[in-house]
Parts: sequence; C-alpha cells; structure tokens
Amino acid sequence: MEKEKSKTIMDKIWDMFASVKFAVVNFALIALTSIVGTVVEQQVEPEKNIKLLMKMFGIEYDAAQSLLGVLDKMRFTDMYHSWWFLAILLLFAANLIICSIDRLPRVLKLVREKARPLSIEHLEKMSVKKVFSQKDKASHMKELAVSSLNRLGFKPFESSGGQGTQLYAEKGNFTRLGVYITHLSILLILAGAVIGIFFGYNAVLNLPEGEVSSFAYKDRDTQIPLGFDLRCDNFEVEYYPGTDMPKAYKSWLTVIKNGKEVMKKSIVVNDPLTYEGITFYQSSYGAVPNGMGNGILLLNVVSDNGKSQQIKTKIGESFAIPGTSVTGHIVDFSPALSFDQTGKAFTYAGQMTNPAVYIEFFESGKMKYSGWLLKRYPQTWSLPDGNRVEFLDYWGVEYTGMQVRKDPGVFIVYLGCILMAIGLYMTFFMSHKRIWVNISEEKGSVKVLIGASANRNRAAFEQKIEKLAGMLNAGQKGEK
Amino acid sequence: MNSSTFFGLSTVAYILAMVTYITYLAFRKARIGIVATVLTVTGFVSQTLALGMRWKEFSDVGQMGFLRAVPLTNLYESLIFFVWCLILAYLIMEFKYKNRSFGAFITPIAAIALAFIDISGMSKNIQPLVPALQSNWLLVHVMMSFFSYAMFAVSFSTGLMYLIVRTEKRSEPAYIFWTVMLSVFVITLSAMGLDYFTFKVAIKSQEELIKSYLFKASFLSSSAFVAASSWAIGVAFFFFIWRFGGALKKMVVSFNISHEMLDEITYKSIAIGFPIFTLGGLIFGAIWADQAWGKYWTWDPKETWSLITWFFYAFYLHSRLIRGWKGKKVAIVAVLGFMAVIFTYLGVNLLLSGLHSYGSQ
Ligand code: HEM
Repeated sequence: MEKEKSKTIMDKIWDMFASVKFAVVNFALIALTSIVGTVVEQQVEPEKNIKLLMKMFGIEYDAAQSLLGVLDKMRFTDMYHSWWFLAILLLFAANLIICSIDRLPRVLKLVREKARPLSIEHLEKMSVKKVFSQKDKASHMKELAVSSLNRLGFKPFESSGGQGTQLYAEKGNFTRLGVYITHLSILLILAGAVIGIFFGYNAVLNLPEGEVSSFAYKDRDTQIPLGFDLRCDNFEVEYYPGTDMPKAYKSWLTVIKNGKEVMKKSIVVNDPLTYEGITFYQSSYGAVPNGMGNGILLLNVVSDNGKSQQIKTKIGESFAIPGTSVTGHIVDFSPALSFDQTGKAFTYAGQMTNPAVYIEFFESGKMKYSGWLLKRYPQTWSLPDGNRVEFLDYWGVEYTGMQVRKDPGVFIVYLGCILMAIGLYMTFFMSHKRIWVNISEEKGSVKVLIGASANRNRAAFEQKIEKLAGMLNAGQKGEK
Repeated sequence: MNSSTFFGLSTVAYILAMVTYITYLAFRKARIGIVATVLTVTGFVSQTLALGMRWKEFSDVGQMGFLRAVPLTNLYESLIFFVWCLILAYLIMEFKYKNRSFGAFITPIAAIALAFIDISGMSKNIQPLVPALQSNWLLVHVMMSFFSYAMFAVSFSTGLMYLIVRTEKRSEPAYIFWTVMLSVFVITLSAMGLDYFTFKVAIKSQEELIKSYLFKASFLSSSAFVAASSWAIGVAFFFFIWRFGGALKKMVVSFNISHEMLDEITYKSIAIGFPIFTLGGLIFGAIWADQAWGKYWTWDPKETWSLITWFFYAFYLHSRLIRGWKGKKVAIVAVLGFMAVIFTYLGVNLLLSGLHSYGSQ
C-alpha cells in the first residue's frame, strides 16, 4: 500500500510500458487496424475504393464517396505509411524495450546463479521426484549415478553433508534468455526497416537490349544515379516445350565502371545481380515501342554440305547460304505467330511469344520456295533442299524490366531474422533443467532421492528422469 | 494406379473416420474406437503414398530437380498437405494421450478441407511452375507454413473442447462464443456439402472457380425461399446447440478429458506451431520475396494477414502470462487465432480478391 502511494507519474508510465497487458493491447491494435488496411485498398485511385465500399455495404455512389472521404482523412487509404500506424509501432517498440530493461536484470541473475545442493526436505517437495532404496554401497551407487548423469549429458557437482552425498547438475541456464533474444530480434528488424526507408530506395529500370543506363527511375521522373553503367546484352523468355507457359525470364547484364566491364551476369526471377550495394531484380519485360521491325536477326545458316555461318541481318534484307547459290530474302516478321483453321498465318500477341520470320528463297533469280521459320520450333528450320536456317534470335526489340533496390538496412533485418529463429528455438524447444541426486546409506542399503526441475517441456524431462532412475535401478538387478 | 486413386481412398477413409469417431463419442464402445483409428491410419498411409507419387509425377512433368518439384504449388495440393500434417499430429496425440475422443473434433477439420477441395472444383492438374515459384524457398516456406497451420488446427479443436468443458451457464459469454463457433463450423460444412451434391453434376469445367458457387445451394441461393429457409435453419441449429450444449460437455467429460489436459495440448501445439510459422511462414516468405522482387515486405493482403495471424498467436502466448487470463479467455484467443489462419489461407484469396475484383457483375 505504502509503496503504491509513493509512485510518481513517471513510475506509473514506466510500469505501463513494462507490462504484458500493454503488449497485448498493442498486439490487438496492430492486428485490428491491419485488417482494415487489407480491406480498403491501399494507395489506389479513389474510384476503386468507392466501388469497393458500394459493393461491401450496398450503398449509393455518393454515400460511398463521403465514407471514403472519412477513411481518407483518417489515412486508412495508405495506412501503413500513416503517422498513427507508425505511432502504434513506436509504442510497441517502446513497450518491448522497457519491458526487457525491466525484467532483464532478474533473468540474468537467474542465468548466472549456479545450482546448489538442496536439503532433503526441499527435494521431497519437488514436483519431479523419485525415491527408492536398494542393497548397494553408497560409493558404488555414486559412481553409477555420475556415469548415468554423464550419459544423459549432465556434468554433476558433488557435495557431502549430514544427509549423505549429493550430486547436482544443471543444463541450459542460458535458454532463459531466449525470450529476450526473440524480443531483441523484433527491435532489430524494425530498426533495419527504418534504415531501409531512410537510406535506401526502390526504383525501376527498363533497359532495351543493347542499351546502357547509368540511372534508375523512381516515380517515373526522378533519376537516381547508379554510380556505374549497366548494359542489357540480351533478354529472353524461355517456354515450357510446346506451350506458351513461360519457364524463365532471363536477362544478360554487364556492369561497366569507368569504361571497363567489371561484371557479367545473367539474372532470372529469384536470382538477382548485386553490385556496390545495388541489386537488380528481373521483374518484367516488353517490346520496345515502334521497334518491332528494326531488330537484328541472328541466323545460323547451315548448307547441305555441312558449312555453317552465323549471319546478322534485318527484315527486308537478303543473305546467301554459303557454298550454294541459294539466297534468302526476309519478307516479314511476326512476334507471335499462329495459324487459323484455314492455315492462314496471323499474329496473336504483341509480345515476342512465338517469333517467326517469313523468308523467300531464290536460286539464280527464281523463287524456289518460301515459308515461316519459327524460333521456338526447330522443325521449321530445315529447308526442302537439305539446307538449314537456324533462327537464333531477333535482337534489340525487347526491353528487360528490372526492380532496382538499394537497402543498407536489409542486413540488419536478416540478422534480426536469424536472431529470432535462435531465440524462438531456445524459448520453445530448450529448457533450463536441474537434477539433484541424493545418496544416503541406511542400515546396509542405500536410499536414493532424485529431484528435478525444468522451466518448460516438463513432460519430456520427466521421461529423462524416469530413464535415470531406471539406470540406477538396473544396477541393482545386475547384482542380484 | 496414380496418385489420385490413393487421394480418393484417403478422402473416403477420413470421412468414414469422422463418422466413426463421432459415433464412438456418442456410444463409447471401444470397438468402434478401434475401427475409427484403423480407418484414420489407412487414410494416412494411402495419403502418404499419394503425396510421394504426386511428387514424382510433378518432377517428371516439370522436368525439374526433385527438391524443386514440391507438390505444394496450388490450393489443391496445399490443402492435401495440410490434412496430412493434421492427421499426423492427431495420430501422435492419440498415441501419446491414449485418448480417442479428440478424433471427433479433429477429423471433421480434415473432412471439411477435403470436401472443400471436391466442391470447389479446384484444379487438380499438375501445372509446371511459373518463374516466380522456381525457388528452393518454396519447399521450406510452404511446408513449414502448412505444418504450423495443422498445429493451429489442433489448438483450435482443443481450445473449443476446453470451452465446452469449462462453461456452465448459457448466458456466459464463453458459452455463447463456443456455441456460435461450433454452429458456424457445422453449418458451413453442411452448406458446402449441399453445394457439392447440388452442383457436382451441373458444373462441367473443373476450372470453374469456387467463388462462383460457394453457398449458392443454400444461403446465397437465387431462390429467395431457399435462401431464407437456409438462414432460418442455420439460426435454429445455433439455438439447438446453445440449448443442449450441456450434453456435449457431459460427453467430453465422460471420456476423462480434463480441462488441464486440453489447456496443455492447446498450448503445446501453439508452442510448436508459433516458432515454425514465424520461421517458415514469415521469415522464409520474406527472404523469398526479397530474392524474387527486391522487397521483403510489401503489406500485400496475404502478407498482412499472415502478420495478423502471427499477432493473434503472440497475443495468445502473452495473455497466458497475465494474471486472471489463464483459462477461458486464452482458449477464446486460441480459437480466434485459427479463424485468422483460415482467413489468411482462404479468405484472402476468395473474399478479398472477390472484393477487389470488378470485372464481373
Ligand atoms: C510481436 C512481438 C513479440 C513476440 C513475437 C514475442 C514473443 C514472445 C515469446 C515467444 C515468448 C515466450 C512465451 C511463452 O513462453 O509461452 C514471450 C514472452 C514474453 N514476452 Fe514477448 N513477444 C513480443 C512482444 C512483447 C512485448 C511488446 C512485450 C512487452 C511487455 C513482451 C513481453 C514478454 C514477457 C514479459 C514475456 C515472458 C517472459 C518470461 O516468461 O520470462 N513481449 N514473448
């Protein structure tokens, strides 16, 4: 009573921030407000949310609009960046810090405190306990107990007193810190996120094949200098055979610093390129505007006598098949060729889903044959006269779309994640275990009293004690 | 024989097991209990075989390394895996606590999940992986998430049983809470069953989305009469459970299930589920997103709901530490936590994406 009265306001605030009750309030606050944020769409044009509200509450456009106005004022339309959500997170962090400061000294004391021998009366009262007597010598039983404890992974200390010999051992004191490591890890993750927000950026870079950029772009118009040049050497979509299902999006990139090529790497989704803390992620692709007819066609021409030659050409141009008098004239190109029921060719997509070229072949001025060659279907590459035109690539007409990120906080976030895993493992799958084995001689037999405690996972520990008792009892059976 | 034969077998076995466990709970004949266990084990074995076969089939079709070909890439496969984890956890529990009556509370979850697969007409085809899914994180992320969901499902069942055992008066909030929960659960299951029988024939394409006909045979029926009577039956059923819930309590108590044991199992399964969910669901998910898109956290609805679920269970773990909360209040939190799990898993895809799509209607 006396104590309560003398508490200052500061003490009261401290107590509030140190309490688990406040933590639970914070959990509820974050969870419940987040729910709203998943229903109201974040960072979209108002029309979308108005339609959503009309649908959800069955109300008229005007009512939905004014409701959205209220939600917008309360920042629910971009709540994860709002001041009040940030404030809740701050309260939550303060809660964690103060709660830990408040309790850590006591826990550290518990961790440092060594197990001590206990009185028989004390052991009798322990919740995990085993008592038995048997014909044996105390010294022999002691040896047996030491080796059995060793086998269970405990290194016992020994003390002798009026009540016989006592072996005592403990394991896992440090696991009591698991909860605090978990809590610290949350703070680290929050700190890493804040560092990322202040010192990092997320941007995009659409880079056509063959082009170089020394900038990434944020919000369309803000240029962010990279500090080096990045060139896209090639971009390609791989498909599952015989389907239009993409298997991989792949860009071949070169980093150029001070005019020198310093790094070459091909990136795919899930495997980005990092240079000087800036990471490039494969995220999209597309056709260069108005560029579809102007690409470079890469063919490998193989004549029927085995001579082969790679050639670069363009639509509308001609090439010769080496060692023969056959020439090909490239008439047409389609980024995504398909045939309708009558066998007529048509283009079904703007993207390079199924590129094809239409080539007319001439020999001594006369057209011999013509047809479509498809990049993804090598069976279309063989010509009737035994020559072969391999369609390798149509280059320079696509761009690769990349996410560009710099985040100096991400290491701290990862460190936090590792700590959290360690902390949770210590908390839930390990425990502070203590064992006492008291051995006393009584009229030619020994009385063994085992007492034990564990701060969690008691049931599993009890089985270990069961095993220990079994080992000590088995010794007796052997002598019988 | 291929994997779907064995999946079919396991579905039938689990549904029969559910019926048998409930019968066992009602009549308490040891022999019925043994039959229920045998059915569950049979279902489990054939499901395990089926999972292995599907994995092999998937790796052949996708021409991928075995580890990348985890059969866990769509709703169908993940639900199957969830059921597998749940039954595994249950069998361990039945063995450890030597008590079969939990089966009556856990097999219905398995049955509802499997029925859901069937009525939803979810695609059961093996599809090659899109580029974003080609990551070694897929295996650990999805497996650990579903394992933890199964743990949370166990805690949901035992939390509900705890409330059944511990409540006395019909006016008590905790009593009303569990009767509502139980009725909603049973009514949802029945309504989905109705959908199944009504639309199984009508729906020709397996690709048809569940959204288009979930509850259309009952609550959302185009016939006003059917819809109104469904609601009326639903409410009547709730009143029935509410009025006669005491009988359920007597039944559970007669099986020597103490509330301490229920509380312990609820805590234990959350104590296993929580760290695994944290690591597999949240952390590995974030690492994967970071590798694939360069953003470890984007507040998209699925991520946010995982976080909400996480906070629910953090709430549970901490509320146990508050004096005076132990018992009914934390059991309610455990039950609500699983609602968050279900929403994270299904609601985000079915309801939120429904709200957020404007193409139809
Ligand atoms: C999302 C954030 C948090 C997570 C993931 C978390 C995690 C945990 C875990 C796993 C435990 C062990 C629970 C058990 O043994 O059953 C725990 C215990 C605890 N937490 Fe948290 N915690 C969080 C936030 C907080 C906050 C904000 C406080 C502030 C008061 C707090 C105070 C405590 C206390 C006092 C304990 C008990 C320690 C003990 O048993 O010695 N936690 N926490």
